[in-house]
Amino acid sequence: MVQAILFLPLIGAVIAGLFGTKAFKQLGTDDEVYADHAHNAPSVEHSHDQHGYNGPPWPMYLTTGLLCIGAVLSWIIFFGFLQGGHDGEIELLPWITSGSLKAAWSIRLDALTAVMLVVVNTVSALVHVYSLGYMSHDESQPRFFAYLSLFTFAMLALVTANNLIQMFFGWEGVGLASYLLIGFWYTRESANAAAIKAFVVNRVGDFGFALGIFGVFMVYGSVEFPVIFAHAPDAVGKTIHFLGHDWDTLTTLCLLLFMGAMGKSAQFLLHTWLPDAMEGPTPVSALIHAATMVTAGVFLVARLSPLFELAPHAREVVTIVGAITAFFAATVGLVQNDIKRVIAYSTCSQLGYMFVAMGVGAYGVGIFHLFTHAFFKALLFLGAGSVIHAMSGEQDMRKMGGLGPYVRITQAVMLIGTFSLTGVGIPGIGGFAGFHSKDAIIEASYAGGSTFAFALLVIAALCTSFYSWRLAFMTFSGPTRADKEVLDHAHESPPVMLVPLYVLAAGAIIAGFAFQHWFMGEGQAEFWGAAIYRSPDNHILTQMESVPLLVKWSATIAMLAGLGLAWLFYIRDTSLPKALAAVNQPAYQFLLNKWYFDELYDFIFVRPAKWIGRVFWKGGDGAVIDGLGPDGVSAAISGVTAQAVKLQTGYVYHYAFAMLIGVAAIISWFSFGGIHP
Amino acid sequence: MIATTFFFYLFSLFAIASAVLVITMKNPVHSVLFLILCFFNAAGLFVLTGAEFLAMILVVVYVGAVAVLFLFVVMMLDVDFTELRSGMLNYLPVGGVIGMILLAELVLLFSTWAAPAGDVAASVEAAQNTRALGLVLYTKYVFFFQTAGLILLVAMIGAIVLTLRHRTGIKRQDVNTQVARGPATAMEIKKVESGQGI
Amino acid sequence: MSIFQQLGAAAALPEILLAIMAMVLLLEGVFVTAHTPNTIRWGAIASMVAVAGLVIWKSGSGSVEAFGGAFVADGFARLMKVLALLGGAVTLAMSGKYLARTRMDSEEYPVLIMLASVGMMVMISAGDLISLYVGLELQSLPLYVIAAINRDNAKSSEAGLKYFVLGALSSGMLLYGASLVYGFTGHTDFAGISAALAKTGATPGVVFGLVFIITGLAFKVSAVPFHMWTPDVYEGAPTPVTAFFAAAPKIAAIALFARVMVGPFAGVTHSWQQVVIFISIASMAFGAVAAIGQSNIKRLMAYSSIANMGFALVGLAAGTVEGVEGLIVYMLIYLATTLGTFACIMAMRRKGIYVEQISDLAGLSRNDKGLAFVLAMLMFSMAGIPPLAGFFGKLFVFLAAVKAGLYVLAVLGVVASVIGAYYYLRIVKLIYFDEAAEKFDGADMELAIVAYASLAFVLGFIVFAQPLVNLASAAAKSLF
Repeated sequence: MVQAILFLPLIGAVIAGLFGTKAFKQLGTDDEVYADHAHNAPSVEHSHDQHGYNGPPWPMYLTTGLLCIGAVLSWIIFFGFLQGGHDGEIELLPWITSGSLKAAWSIRLDALTAVMLVVVNTVSALVHVYSLGYMSHDESQPRFFAYLSLFTFAMLALVTANNLIQMFFGWEGVGLASYLLIGFWYTRESANAAAIKAFVVNRVGDFGFALGIFGVFMVYGSVEFPVIFAHAPDAVGKTIHFLGHDWDTLTTLCLLLFMGAMGKSAQFLLHTWLPDAMEGPTPVSALIHAATMVTAGVFLVARLSPLFELAPHAREVVTIVGAITAFFAATVGLVQNDIKRVIAYSTCSQLGYMFVAMGVGAYGVGIFHLFTHAFFKALLFLGAGSVIHAMSGEQDMRKMGGLGPYVRITQAVMLIGTFSLTGVGIPGIGGFAGFHSKDAIIEASYAGGSTFAFALLVIAALCTSFYSWRLAFMTFSGPTRADKEVLDHAHESPPVMLVPLYVLAAGAIIAGFAFQHWFMGEGQAEFWGAAIYRSPDNHILTQMESVPLLVKWSATIAMLAGLGLAWLFYIRDTSLPKALAAVNQPAYQFLLNKWYFDELYDFIFVRPAKWIGRVFWKGGDGAVIDGLGPDGVSAAISGVTAQAVKLQTGYVYHYAFAMLIGVAAIISWFSFGGIHP
Repeated sequence: MIATTFFFYLFSLFAIASAVLVITMKNPVHSVLFLILCFFNAAGLFVLTGAEFLAMILVVVYVGAVAVLFLFVVMMLDVDFTELRSGMLNYLPVGGVIGMILLAELVLLFSTWAAPAGDVAASVEAAQNTRALGLVLYTKYVFFFQTAGLILLVAMIGAIVLTLRHRTGIKRQDVNTQVARGPATAMEIKKVESGQGI
Repeated sequence: MSIFQQLGAAAALPEILLAIMAMVLLLEGVFVTAHTPNTIRWGAIASMVAVAGLVIWKSGSGSVEAFGGAFVADGFARLMKVLALLGGAVTLAMSGKYLARTRMDSEEYPVLIMLASVGMMVMISAGDLISLYVGLELQSLPLYVIAAINRDNAKSSEAGLKYFVLGALSSGMLLYGASLVYGFTGHTDFAGISAALAKTGATPGVVFGLVFIITGLAFKVSAVPFHMWTPDVYEGAPTPVTAFFAAAPKIAAIALFARVMVGPFAGVTHSWQQVVIFISIASMAFGAVAAIGQSNIKRLMAYSSIANMGFALVGLAAGTVEGVEGLIVYMLIYLATTLGTFACIMAMRRKGIYVEQISDLAGLSRNDKGLAFVLAMLMFSMAGIPPLAGFFGKLFVFLAAVKAGLYVLAVLGVVASVIGAYYYLRIVKLIYFDEAAEKFDGADMELAIVAYASLAFVLGFIVFAQPLVNLASAAAKSLF
């Protein structure tokens, strides 16, 4: 069954990629007029209700159908684990056998894998369905579906990996798919730049990840998870000698691996690519840059919990980086005006929460947040996509407002998503999905003894609440700021796009409440089994129970405060934001420019790199290598050739003379050089 | 012995001198004549070593046939050797240097020569030259002899291929057809009416 | 016991039969006027193939000497003879339509090629300085004639004359060297020379004689600096003749070269090694560099064959069994590639007129996909791109050189092959990327067969390399 889950998306990708274009071309002729999607040219008036819409061709349906089957199968497996399923390892094929390095194509099936299967396949299937509507007028639709399915396959290969090499394969596979999808509209320069940026920044993380894999192999002599986990404690207290200093083995390994996680999960310092990745089509943002790929880093840490548990210093770093990310991204989200960017920073911030949970040892809680986050963040993205769709491609919230009446259903599901994200609920009783997981993380951070993280997370929760409501208010309430023309065309999305929203909304409401028991409640130990390792000293879950009441309520209070502020700023007195921005201009600019990270990186890395590149290009390659190498040699050779050809005069006596010279030279060589008997 | 030595050096000197003159003479006819002189001296050297047969063959074949043929060719073709040699002075310095180097090295080489130990050449004392040659030519050396024969065959074919032209429109004598002609094919009898013509 | 049995003439049966067949066909050409040159040609091809078959059939008989050591039939000789005969037969088969179209065909042409082949066989089997010389002359003389066979064409006549004059000079030097060797060792037979050298070692006289002999041999394999005739003769001679020049005589000459070096002069290996290394490097470098400047494809092939001989001599320079093995494999691949390439060149016919400029090949891929592919693959092979045959040829000789400690030679060889790759790849570029020139008339069937067979060899070498290498290895061992 699990094999089917893994390979169905690959089959789908192949079908969509190979047969899609042909089927697409056979399908519609009038679509060509609309080849330029609304996103490419927002000014193009377009509404697919007004012209004949034939629907996507069969390969798209087939691909989507395969994904849906995969999603259903994933849930079956997941429920099996809820009822106490058994871990398993399935080896599919031997892959690399080189000396002691052995890596096989295999599937590691445990609770963690099951959770990830559900997350990936559910969101992916829903995004596929949603895209049937959203991308219906894009002429590259087959390519889009092929990439989406390819991504899903790579992601599944990642989460089912039983060794670091296969994981790395999936890791790079999703990176590739992400690159392809961000740059999906490759005619747009900004999309290309964003795709390259995502790829390059991820490469920095991957560098660490690869070093981490090398290190693991060096220390444990294997890349297979069972072997590594079994021998993990052997390396405790050992050191690696490097650059004249002894580094603690496990701390070093974990930090290197975490570096990979930071890249993929857009953590502080390596986060810059995520907001730019919003250049991709919105379903892509929902699938890759919210629900699945960016959580791969979190998954990595959870998967390697047996190592991280033994490296408390590394976990401290994880906690701090996570907390800073949560805080930083939330503050930046406060002032962004692009609807997708706000959600992107929100994603970044929530990923920070997850890492804090990992850092303090509450792996189950972190994964729980990953699980619930997938639902409400995908919901928010797809809802935003629906809004953008309604607004004919407009993404700037300053040009929205008062859209509620036009898109009732979208508004409703977006509000559900917002409730879930901001964590609406009553401590001790229950609430939306995000409430259960996020508040638990805040409690865990306190219980884990990191006051620093706790403080940042609470402030971040306030900010989260504020920007979420700001988004909701600016989009749906108040007087409209949109163009009349745009507004005339504003319309609710077709059912094919709404159905995924319903499903996700349901998830955003009940996922926390329904599954809390297994992820972090009484049933957690049984549920996770061996999938997550917690050292005997790790009592975080019991400590969480006994945190002070104020701490338990802190998140809720922060949420309510944020809601109040947002209401004050964007409903009560809409001039307030401008006034505040005017008064605190430096702070406002600081936030608006995302703490000037892009500028800083441009100054520190990009420009020197370009300068060095130019030096090596012009000076090193052009002048030295080309000059002395290919160009110089070829110039020299053509000179020699001209001379050599001149030797061939055509006169017999010249030829004869040449022979005599040759003989004389050789004879002289022996006469003067001597003959060795 | 002294006489032999004297004649050896005499013949050698003349051979070399005439060889030099062959290539330096302005008149090509003179060159050929010096070539003949050179052959005679070589034949003399053969006589000194007791190889009379080779000496005679050299005179008969080279002087009698080859050189005379040369003479005909030179006279008939009217080649202007002075023109051909006009560039010679340009090449003389370089060519001279190379030649002198080679000569010096070879002279040095021959100063080290000693007759190799043991069986040198077959003694020709035992029989007459011609007889000795006849004994081995068709037995021991039949392989070389036959191969040399093939070479001559090739030379013959080559000469024919490169020079023989079957011109059309000329009458050739074909003995077979001539002999095979009979009255039936060669003659036609016409009855000529008087005063009518044919 | 008859004199022939005493001399062991049976060992030379293939040569004798081929010579007799040549004379029979010559007589037939003269007296049976009903027969066209074509009949003679196919008769010649059949005879050569039959004789090659006879050579293979007799291959079980080990190493046999005949005529008092003047003739040696060993594994090496048999393999090289088969190659030379096949080369001759294939070029003869390819040449028919060309010669007919250009009104050059004559009864004598196939006969001359047969007699040249007899000469090659004598060369390959030479066991004596005299048989070396007569074999060489028997091979060379027909070549001089057929180079000029287009006697109404000034270029062809010039080619023949140049070849003849320079060939005579080289023969003179070779004879001079032979006389020096005879004078200083007292022997003309290889066994005797070998024994004498074992006693004395390298003396100036022998080494000088050796140098002159090498000069004569190097002229025949067209190694630098004794190569000057090659481009002019290749260009001037009719293309089928050029194809023959590039194929069979090279095999024979290099075989003779190897036999003389590792046989009688094994005792002075150190001395001849230096000379061979020198001419090998010079050939590789000069062949590669000068080929770049060519616009005529036959001239290009001349420089290519000069370079190729340089590479082959790398194997000989090693002076080891592996080296000779590499040399044999190299020549085998060279033969197959050269025949294929010339088949392609002879297919360059536009409106009935044969063209031979490289630029005529421009855009060939658009007009004739098959021919373009064959030629491109052959060029890739000659450039030494793996996994094509040419790569392995170079690999074997360079490996042998490295094993023998001749690192500099191997490195220079690789450098030269990189330079050489330029002009081979230029042709590929021309074929595939340039503006299409006018279409060629279709290739004749014989040419197509040879071209595709060559392609199959070049592509498939990697598959059936092992048996061929084993064959070469056995042949090389028989020489030592």
